[in-house]
Amino acid sequence: MAKQVTIDAKGVHYTPLNQQIRKAIEDGADEIVVNNVLGQRFIGNGLRGNATIRVNGVAGGDLAMFMSGPTVIVDGNAEHAPGNTMDSGKVVIHGSAGDAVAHSMRGGKIFVRGDIGYRGGIHMKQYETQRPILVVGGSAQTFLGEYMAGGLLLVLGLDGAMKAREIGSGIHGGEIVIRGDVDEACLAAGAKKLPLTDEDRARIAPVIREFAADFGLDAEPLVKANYTRIVPASARPFAGKYTWE
Amino acid sequence: MCGIFGVMDKRRQMMDGSGIREALSIMNERGSGEGAGYVAYGIYPDYRDCYALHVFFDNPGKSKAIVDATLEQWGTIEHDEAIPTCDQPNLKANCTPWRYFFKPDASLAPGSASPEKDVVTSIVMQINASANGAEIVSSGKNVGLFKASGWPEDVADYYRIQDYEGYIWLAHNRYATSNPELWERPDPFNLHDWSVVENGKTTTYGANRRYVESFGYNCSTGTDSEVIAYLIDLLTRKHGLGIDLAIRALAPPYWDEIDRMPEAEQNLNRALRFAYGSATMNGPFTVVAANPDTMIGFTDRGKLRPMVVGECGDRLYIASEETAIRAMEPCVESIRRPAAGEPVIGRVAP
Repeated sequence: MAKQVTIDAKGVHYTPLNQQIRKAIEDGADEIVVNNVLGQRFIGNGLRGNATIRVNGVAGGDLAMFMSGPTVIVDGNAEHAPGNTMDSGKVVIHGSAGDAVAHSMRGGKIFVRGDIGYRGGIHMKQYETQRPILVVGGSAQTFLGEYMAGGLLLVLGLDGAMKAREIGSGIHGGEIVIRGDVDEACLAAGAKKLPLTDEDRARIAPVIREFAADFGLDAEPLVKANYTRIVPASARPFAGKYTWE
Repeated sequence: MCGIFGVMDKRRQMMDGSGIREALSIMNERGSGEGAGYVAYGIYPDYRDCYALHVFFDNPGKSKAIVDATLEQWGTIEHDEAIPTCDQPNLKANCTPWRYFFKPDASLAPGSASPEKDVVTSIVMQINASANGAEIVSSGKNVGLFKASGWPEDVADYYRIQDYEGYIWLAHNRYATSNPELWERPDPFNLHDWSVVENGKTTTYGANRRYVESFGYNCSTGTDSEVIAYLIDLLTRKHGLGIDLAIRALAPPYWDEIDRMPEAEQNLNRALRFAYGSATMNGPFTVVAANPDTMIGFTDRGKLRPMVVGECGDRLYIASEETAIRAMEPCVESIRRPAAGEPVIGRVAP
């Protein structure tokens, strides 16, 4: 039988709160419900295993940083940098999130139903089978995919126009896929637009379906929609920027 | 880092300082315990017609006579007293906070459109520029500034801010990068009407300071928020810009954004950038500022610092983290994160 533990975070500093969460996982909990969260940082940091942590409230900065395995579900918004350098596992945020979402993420999935702030997916990276995925239901802001080095960043724009400019500033790996057309003027130097091929669509379809299932959305119209794919203009778009050969 | 917080009640309903203390201290991770401060509007109704001067004395026995003499030369002291404080175990007081309720003599600034404020400005510049052991930290009507080197809770308890009731509050939790010892250094900063709290650091401090000093302001603390307070006073009061244009002068759109605007907008924005190039602030910052009728918030154009806005009934909140807003207003009705260059301007109902 699954073991559930409930923790009341009201008025608790993040250090003892995270100690309680760690202890629960050590004691074999499969699901940890944390209630009354109000900005406590670093929830789920460095956790391993496959437990599910439900965060009820506003998750503080650096949620699930370095996390490797567990699932974190936030019923509320998150502050800056959820999924910072996350290794594997999944973060599902039912609200919106602040700046630098998925900062340096190296594996796993982050699904945000609402909007994200500036610099989403900054320096996401991939290596061999490690390929991080960030999906945003609403809009992303400027400097989306800044210095991106790998992984998939998907923006569905379900709640209106996409606000991001300077998309893919410094991108040198990975791909940014945005529903609808993206004006060339919104791309940063070093990024280029490509049409989404059937192969690309087949690759992102399971991700869209999983996202839609998590948030109770109708997946098929999204799978069939028109997308713009943004990738690095070359393997070394900034070869001449800081060094001269 | 740093954590900032502002709240305004559009119908001037009063809030005591206890909720603001809680909102600021929940962002303690953004501070380092070496500076916190609060400003409140509406706290001195019995002296609403006087300029309330909050002064830090190194030693009142030595310096008070100098300030008394300066004030008497420029107007009338209606009342003065030590600001009530309550010793805190974690706070080492290194100055004595004092307050004057002062009526400037408007006839001493002939030809000015705002003579009282010109008199007060020159008193503040004169006293703060000289090494006389006195530092005026706030100087507005019905407004007071309380700051010290310490954690937000200790500073709040030291000044007993729960005993004050205001309709606008600004607060600042400092992450120290330099100068931990002086109480006048941390935010907030005030010059009569305007108070400023900032999260960040402008990289244009030198250019901005030279510019504002060329108009007679004297930047004595070496802190960028002081310059921002003077810039806002200069642009709004002396140059007559509306606050929306003043913000746009301080944090203007990039040239390529201006190029995409309709022609009339382009002309206005070009003119502002040409006229106020030296006032333009760069670097990472979020600024929240207030005067008796307004609270504003804006960020740097690259959006390198956070700014969250909440609204609930007549209350407008601007903070570094949503958490701070919810600490004071658990059932806040709307939360949003404005884009860079999208100023937040809240006005008190007339």
